Amino acid sequence: MTLTIIAILVVAIIALIFGALLGYASIRFKVESDPLVEQIDSILPQTQCGQCGYPGCRPYAEAIANGDEINKCPPGGEATIKDLSELMGVEAKPLDAAHGVEDIKKVAFIREDECIGCTKCIQACPVDAILGAAKQMHTVIIDECTGCDLCVDPCPVDCIDMIPLHDTSAQWQWDFKQVSVGEIPVKQLSS
Amino acid sequence: MTEIFLLLLGTVLVNNFVLVQFLGLCPFMGVSGKLETAMGMSMATTFVLTIASMSSYLVETYVLLPLGIEYLRTLSFILVIAVVVQFTEMVVRKTSPSLYRLLGIFLPLITTNCAVLGVALLNTTKQHNFLESIIYGFGAAVGFSFVLILFSAMRERLTAADVPAPFKGASIAMITAGLMSLAFMGFTGLIK
Repeated sequence: MTLTIIAILVVAIIALIFGALLGYASIRFKVESDPLVEQIDSILPQTQCGQCGYPGCRPYAEAIANGDEINKCPPGGEATIKDLSELMGVEAKPLDAAHGVEDIKKVAFIREDECIGCTKCIQACPVDAILGAAKQMHTVIIDECTGCDLCVDPCPVDCIDMIPLHDTSAQWQWDFKQVSVGEIPVKQLSS
Repeated sequence: MTEIFLLLLGTVLVNNFVLVQFLGLCPFMGVSGKLETAMGMSMATTFVLTIASMSSYLVETYVLLPLGIEYLRTLSFILVIAVVVQFTEMVVRKTSPSLYRLLGIFLPLITTNCAVLGVALLNTTKQHNFLESIIYGFGAAVGFSFVLILFSAMRERLTAADVPAPFKGASIAMITAGLMSLAFMGFTGLIK
């Protein structure tokens, strides 16, 4: 019994000493990071997929701050490139195909006859796009679904499919942010 | 002196951690894609392995053994390694940003490198003293770096080589690693 207590105490003390050491070190060796890197990092999607050729989003953010291209992030796609180009003050350019293509938009679809009504996917959905109650079948509101995949894993009976969504005339939305409307190109002539 | 040299040579070549003892295979396959990253990983590992080997020896001899709780070895060593890695990362980040840029991202990865824990545990089974522990850790790291850099150089060439379609990518890398391991078996008997 005493042996057990000694063992627990010793490990706890070692852990405490190490924790104190690390806590002290984190204050003593604090580094102010580049605010630009923080901003870029907050724009990147944080998927840490490494498709840009860097081992994560933060290293890529640092690379951009040091002058790397901004079009290497497939998960972020056009939207991220646009935000980055605004932040960095450079021209937006199409996604570099060498790093992969942007996924086509998908929505979740619940095969309703297989659904057991467990509500697990409802809890997982970050945008409340799944409708249903306990022991009632659930369904996805297509217009709300962002295609994030988060509901697929929790489903115990695997009845959720991710279906690619093609643009139709019914849900096509004119994106005024991408296509400038009403802007008349003005050419300045030197007199 | 001779003994120390033999221990070093033995750890680097004869009992190579990766190719003979099969420890640390994850970074061996994982970061060997580019020569540059392999070098960064090698340097970071060398640094951490040597220090982790030393500090786990200290914990073993001055804390665990006197109190008779050697059975908590694995747990305390993991704790020691994690702290050493974290602490190193902080210090390097503060003192040398250029070194941090080179090693920074690899440092956290090393925490889970089984070669690090392997060295610490083997030090106790082989009953090394303080100096031997340091040499053993350093030798293991040099062997790891040596093999990792050789392998990544080979993989860089393999990407350009005309490999038959079914063997492309990971499979040819595995075969290469196997052949390298076979070649390193040739060092057996170099040191009795």
